[in-house]
Amino acid sequence: MISLEHVLVVGALLFSIGLFIALSRRNAVGVLMGIELMLNSVNLNLIGFARFVEAPRPIDGQVFAVFVITVAAAEAAVALALAVAVYRLRQTIDVDRLNLLKW
Amino acid sequence: MTVAEVVFYLLALLSVIAAVGVVTVPNVVHAALFLILSLLGVAGFYILLSSEFLALVQVLIYGGAVATIILFGLMLTGGRDLPAVGPGAQWPLALLVSGALVVLLLTAVLNTTWPRDAGEMTLISINTLGSVLFREWLLPFELASLVLLVALIGAVVISSQEERES
Amino acid sequence: MALVLWGLFGVDMNVWLDAFLRLQLIVIVMTVTVMALIYVERKFVGRIQMRLGPMRTGPYGTLQSVADAVKLLTKEDLRPATADFWLFELAPYVTFVPVFMTLLALPFMEDWGVRDLQLGLFYIVAVSGVTVIGYIMAGWASDNKYALLGAVRSAAQLISYEIPLILAVLAVSMVAGSLNLNDIILQQDTIPNALLQPLPFLILLTATLAELSRRPFDIPIGESEVVGGPWVEYSGIRWSIIFALTEYAGLWGMAVLGSLVFLGGWEFPFGTSGFWGDFDFLYQMALVFAKSSFLILTMMLISATFPRLRIDQLMAFCWKILLPFGFLQIVINGIVLMYLDSEVTRDIALFATSGALLVAMAYVTYLATRQPSREARVAAMVAARSIQ
Repeated sequence: MISLEHVLVVGALLFSIGLFIALSRRNAVGVLMGIELMLNSVNLNLIGFARFVEAPRPIDGQVFAVFVITVAAAEAAVALALAVAVYRLRQTIDVDRLNLLKW
Repeated sequence: MTVAEVVFYLLALLSVIAAVGVVTVPNVVHAALFLILSLLGVAGFYILLSSEFLALVQVLIYGGAVATIILFGLMLTGGRDLPAVGPGAQWPLALLVSGALVVLLLTAVLNTTWPRDAGEMTLISINTLGSVLFREWLLPFELASLVLLVALIGAVVISSQEERES
Repeated sequence: MALVLWGLFGVDMNVWLDAFLRLQLIVIVMTVTVMALIYVERKFVGRIQMRLGPMRTGPYGTLQSVADAVKLLTKEDLRPATADFWLFELAPYVTFVPVFMTLLALPFMEDWGVRDLQLGLFYIVAVSGVTVIGYIMAGWASDNKYALLGAVRSAAQLISYEIPLILAVLAVSMVAGSLNLNDIILQQDTIPNALLQPLPFLILLTATLAELSRRPFDIPIGESEVVGGPWVEYSGIRWSIIFALTEYAGLWGMAVLGSLVFLGGWEFPFGTSGFWGDFDFLYQMALVFAKSSFLILTMMLISATFPRLRIDQLMAFCWKILLPFGFLQIVINGIVLMYLDSEVTRDIALFATSGALLVAMAYVTYLATRQPSREARVAAMVAARSIQ
């Protein structure tokens, strides 16, 4: 039988991999991919808790997941628009080279 | 092993290996496709955890929309000709941080006594989800739609700046 | 009447075996339908263009599809040297599998689909959206400018037209109060949804044409512009997977969906009275067949008689006409369903509002597409010259 631990372990692995991607990728879109992966692992945890913990209202976990997905979609759209705008301005989206504000 | 367990381990393998693939492949477009695979694996988890609606939302939004946005973005910003796709200079540090995080999270998960399985959960119907969403969570819901609207307008404004100037 | 077909054999079915057999049946029916549809389209378009269409292979050319299949299967399997091996190989399957998955949720007869899903309608819309990844994969992996152009065009088009499609489907599910396809069909015993919701019906037809990249929406694969779009480099068996299976199976699936959701499926006009006892499924099958054939022929007629749109017209039509009217329909549906209790007034109100919106949409489209008057064109030219 699957238990809460199984889901949480998968969620933790996905979150860490997503964090690694977000921190190490040089491509701005790659960073975005890492963030999407992290948001998804969070969702997985929410659904896992909603399913396994005897809460007064298990449905709230699903509602939270809906909101997380909404925000993730909005964030993806804005981030991609930013990436395209930066690419037009600088001809690169390598985050290591976008250091104009770095002192 | 029950069928549910077999499916669970297969899905776990799929989504974790695909996520590792996002890290390891040098090509960004391949990484994006691995990401989609991983996200679809997560959709499978949702079905396994008896929330079909969210699984379908996941497929619709990540499999269709976000995947296209990411691939589209990669193509508009160089795509195949992108020179620097490897990990940046701070990858050892990133590895250290995420490695420490995974150790921390796993010890926390495995050393806590979680409440046992709540048994056979009654399936939450889509009608219940809808009425809860529109009655008790109405204000957050409206805020979320506002966020989406702002993101939509913001994306259009940001990405069309160049054309307006020329 | 559950499992009539299998029940006839008197076999006690294991769950897995049952699922497997149903899948097999769908695969066989799909293949036959696809071959028939290719023949029908060639004949039908031929007639419209005052040609005979295929005539040589078999009586009246009926074996043309078989001959084509044999030719495609025996053709040399080409792949560009610079293509991305895995993506190029996988792309046809990524486009085909979602289309096949949509077929699994369709109830072709009463209680007969592969699976009766509680969220069937949503499932079909969600899964069919994944097809676009295959288009992008193919276009990117081919390492060909035309393919990449076609892929970007198809990404823009498919994502845009998915929204009106969802809105149309959502409007119907609001009226039915369910996302289960069987429930939606059973509701239409007296009035089909196409009458209650003519505007969503039209939006669904248009969006379907666009989702399948058929003329007049074949911008991603237009032969005279991008020479086949994402599929330029494909040939032989892979091309037949894309072209034959994906395109025509998609057409078939969407036509069946339209006939079930909007035209009443097997419920309208006879209802599930069961006057043929165990053989009810025969007339139900005939009803669904007739209705989906009508939709398929309508789409083929539109495809054969309309010129291809420009990309800006395509986007403007989606975002400025279909989308606002779709949203308006949903808002109005909400108000009507909330405040009108009696069945009759509700149906009349739904028909009246949706019909009025349909007329308004037609008028707006007319305003947007009509040729400006001669004076206006001259004035525009003068203005353009003065700027220079």
